[in-house]
Amino acid sequence: MKLYGKFFSIHLRCQMQYKASFFMTSLGQFLVSFSLLLGIFFMFLRFNTVEGFTFEQVLLCSAVILFTYSIAECFGRGFDAFPMMIGNGEFDRALVRPRSEVFLVLASKMEFSRIGRLLQAIALFCYAIPTSGIDWSADKVLTLFLMISCGVVIFFGLFVIYAAISFFTIEGIEVMNIVTDGGREFGAYPFSIYGNEVLKILTYVIPLALFQYYPLLYLIGVRDNPLYIFTPLIGLLFLIPCYGLWRFGLRKYKSTGS
Amino acid sequence: MSAYLALFRIRFSAGLQYRAAALGGIATQFAWGFMLILQFAAFYRTNPDAFPMTPSQIASYIWMQQALLALFMTWFVEHDILSSITSGSIAYELARPMNLYNRWFCQATANRVVKATLRFVPILLIAFLLPEPFRMTLPENLEQLSFFLVSTVLALCVVVAFSMFIYTTVFYTLSSAGVRLVASVLADFFAGAIIPLPFFPDGVRQVVELLPFAAMQNMPLRIYSGSITGSDVLWGLGLQAFWLITLVILGKLAMRKALTKVIVQGG
Repeated sequence: MKLYGKFFSIHLRCQMQYKASFFMTSLGQFLVSFSLLLGIFFMFLRFNTVEGFTFEQVLLCSAVILFTYSIAECFGRGFDAFPMMIGNGEFDRALVRPRSEVFLVLASKMEFSRIGRLLQAIALFCYAIPTSGIDWSADKVLTLFLMISCGVVIFFGLFVIYAAISFFTIEGIEVMNIVTDGGREFGAYPFSIYGNEVLKILTYVIPLALFQYYPLLYLIGVRDNPLYIFTPLIGLLFLIPCYGLWRFGLRKYKSTGS
Repeated sequence: MSAYLALFRIRFSAGLQYRAAALGGIATQFAWGFMLILQFAAFYRTNPDAFPMTPSQIASYIWMQQALLALFMTWFVEHDILSSITSGSIAYELARPMNLYNRWFCQATANRVVKATLRFVPILLIAFLLPEPFRMTLPENLEQLSFFLVSTVLALCVVVAFSMFIYTTVFYTLSSAGVRLVASVLADFFAGAIIPLPFFPDGVRQVVELLPFAAMQNMPLRIYSGSITGSDVLWGLGLQAFWLITLVILGKLAMRKALTKVIVQGG
């Protein structure tokens, strides 16, 4: 942990050397997700609700997704850039070091410019938490906390899968963007609006709905079975196949030789 | 002219080398299109009366948008052009007996066309065979289809003319990332890349429909899907032509100004 702190401070100082570029990238990140929000806003000006969800409830949902994705991307960036690490042989160097590979990949990269998105998510929370009409009792606060913390972990698991696949393909595959970038973009709305089939996939295969849709139902009072508070925890089981795939890939790993 | 054609051909065949990447891209865009249609369908179910297009129009709009993504997205940039400015190889470009603006214009257009060529046939082929709420339909008549083709060419040229401004700013700033991001987010939003212009609130929409961004993907996609018909089509094509001429003239002026004091980076 202490070592991770050291890596953290190195990356932070390193990226602060290019302040203008850092702020520009952060601003860009902010603008990209802002234009999506503006789109949501325009849609709600016209329709007022979607499938029974109000604008504020949808914003709460967007905030959770945006927040968890940004955090996961900021710290899981090493896995996101992992195909490059295999390609240039950097990973071979990590293998001979006396630390676990997961730790070394994790610490190899951090991307702080995601703060642009993160700030936006926080602003959204500030607006949506008081206006969504939710009575913030202790159980609801716990629900929101679980949504966020488990959400980060589940997105992180997706990055690990992305990295594990590149053990076999060497190159990153664009198809994975459907679940990572797609999860972020389409997760701005509760996943139920995309219909039953999509919701089932996002519950049983890629458990994004477990920390987004089901606990949201409890938050806004559509469901009052307290089991819904803990659905994000079930999503954590997703990490087992993620790690399994990573181990499997690692065993099969052949260096690219460069 | 033949020199520009040759340039176009070289870029085109170079782009055809990356077929596997195109396949992955197709799968991604396909899933993306599905999710977008489902999203709009949810709004339609909630309140069909407030929906400014028909469900089949929105399906056609989205599939055509996915199929022609490479033609219209302003965030595709020519890294060759950007790096030629920062690396100094612009000096060679300037020594060639070709107009720099025309040359870059050609290069950027060719790259977009080749990217789109690889992708649009498979996407459209599947989109036409899908079941009802997702199925893509042909325009009502041949006239509408031919207007769509004209409008697509114009929109592509407007997008490239717009991106030429971005390249010109690199002469002054060297790092283009910031300008590029801001410009492309703005352009894509007002061109209807995130939600089609008919979904914009009244008042805002009337203004946005006159901007140069409306001459980008908004026009061909809406002509194809049948959201713009009759005399509005001709008016729309006129708007596209107007913005194309304006942007090219302004772009050439801006580049001439930038070139009078270009400093070639050594090395």
